[in-house]
Amino acid sequence: MIGGVAQGLADHLGVPVIWVRVAFVIATWLNFAGIIAYAVFWRLLPIAEAAPTSPGLAAATRRGLRTSQQANGTAVLDGLQTAALLAFGGGVILLMNVLGWGLGGPLFVPILAAVAGIALIWRQADDARWSRWVVGTSGWEAITRLALGGLLLALALAYFVARSGGVAVAADVASAIAVAIVGLALLLGPWIYRLTSDLTAERRERIRSQERADVAAHLHDSVLQTLALLQKNAADPAAVATLARRQERELRDWLYGEAAPREDSLRGALSADALDIETMHQVAIEVVGVGDTAMDDDVRAMCLAAREAMANAAKHSGAGRVDVYTEVSATAAEVFVRDRGAGFDLSGVAADRMGVRGSIVDRMRRHGGTATVRSGPDEGTEVRLNLPLRSGGSAATTVTNKETP
Amino acid sequence: MSLRVVIVDDHAMFRTGVRAELGGRVEVVAEAEDVASAVAAISTADPDVVLLDVHLPGGGGVEVIRLVHARRPDAQTKFLALSVSDAAEDVIGVIRAGARGYVTKNITGHELLNAIGRVAAGDAVFSPRLAGFVLDAFAGTIEVAQVDEDLDRLTVREREVMRLIARGYAYKEVAKELFISVKTVETHVSSVLRKLQLSSRHELTRWANDRRLI
Repeated sequence: MIGGVAQGLADHLGVPVIWVRVAFVIATWLNFAGIIAYAVFWRLLPIAEAAPTSPGLAAATRRGLRTSQQANGTAVLDGLQTAALLAFGGGVILLMNVLGWGLGGPLFVPILAAVAGIALIWRQADDARWSRWVVGTSGWEAITRLALGGLLLALALAYFVARSGGVAVAADVASAIAVAIVGLALLLGPWIYRLTSDLTAERRERIRSQERADVAAHLHDSVLQTLALLQKNAADPAAVATLARRQERELRDWLYGEAAPREDSLRGALSADALDIETMHQVAIEVVGVGDTAMDDDVRAMCLAAREAMANAAKHSGAGRVDVYTEVSATAAEVFVRDRGAGFDLSGVAADRMGVRGSIVDRMRRHGGTATVRSGPDEGTEVRLNLPLRSGGSAATTVTNKETP
Repeated sequence: MSLRVVIVDDHAMFRTGVRAELGGRVEVVAEAEDVASAVAAISTADPDVVLLDVHLPGGGGVEVIRLVHARRPDAQTKFLALSVSDAAEDVIGVIRAGARGYVTKNITGHELLNAIGRVAAGDAVFSPRLAGFVLDAFAGTIEVAQVDEDLDRLTVREREVMRLIARGYAYKEVAKELFISVKTVETHVSSVLRKLQLSSRHELTRWANDRRLI
């Protein structure tokens, strides 16, 4: 809520953010370790990179063409949760104090005040000013820092000289070295810090220029080639329409789409087949899917059957558009291929439509599934494929979670 | 009386194209190219339907709907979102802002006219893709959907209707398949739209955002 540390850690560890917050509160009971850890993490953790998003959406968001979606309700809930946690943590600290388990009474209030003060300063000194204080190698901030570091070093030396030969030499030397190290860190810290942040910046710049090159390459491979093809095929309206549609779909997927479905999954294979047949027969095929499952022999057979159904619809129905819908539940995978074309009389199938029997119905049966064909004049054709899944596919919502890296 | 329509899109060429495609069968009363001009045009023209591009300078279509609703909460204007983007984030986002339907820009003129008519009549327009998104988003909670008033779940019937729409069935065909009237189909679809808009499951928004991470 304050520095986003808990959220960042939760994202990194893959646990709900509430766990991390509770951990911080519990750690705080142990002599404020939680607050100190929070502050340290806040300083040291890299600032989160925005969630990866498709180039089209990112560009549209950047140019203010769309409002970034955020769950409004959760922000309020988040605030309440944090407030409750803080109250709970504070209560336990007070309780421990009263019972005498915590810090001693005289120490308690000053330390609380000091922690609050440090938190306030760090909050104030976030980013810009902080980096001027710590990183700057010139200007009065740097001079102050150098003076402070030098003073601490001198203090350590003086301390050592004054007390050498005293009773607790060992302890004194240790504390003197500690002070000296703080001084050295103040002296050398900036250069080390600058070095690492320069390296980071350089790496980021390299990635950025690589991305630019990727975009250029993509435009060259796809759009430019298609434009050339369009000019060559200018005399053939059907070919032009197909080329344009194919390019549109590809560009849209690239700009706004989700990561392309993997080739070795049911949806990936169906999309690829749809694209093939679309190009071959010049009809539009729209694939909509819910859930997905990995490829095995049975699923591959189902894809081949679906491909045959798409090809039939494209070749014979005369419809300009074919709808393909696939749904994978825990127990079965289903594919529906539908057109609103001419349709045919099912009783006349045996003679001239061996494709339907052999490639679709029998193939599905061999692999333990079923295929039904529904068709009639004027109402188009729908082929329904159903395949029971032995291994159990991943149902719709789990797929999105499971495959998140 | 023909329907009064406002076209909002930041590409002049596209506005001209849509106007030509609609071919005078609806009355295009105004055009606008960004959020501010859209809100102004909608306020003065008071159209039946706004064809709204999702990506617009000034905050996008979502912002237009929000401002119009804030300025005139009782207005009867309906919004039909029109976009090149198929991203779940955009689709769910604009529906949750209050649009009655979502179609992509490659829709044919005839289908677009149908969609405008349907939205103007107070019904919802679900493309197969939007139906797929709905089924996907509500998938986790379908088993015990008995209560009609539960905003986080689809009833068995609504799910059947969504599945048929995802399979490419028109409303008329859905009605025939399920032996119910077209009016009943429209009621189911509107109810799903309402759930999509009002459901407090923040998983819905998260689902839409997460899809990208697959």
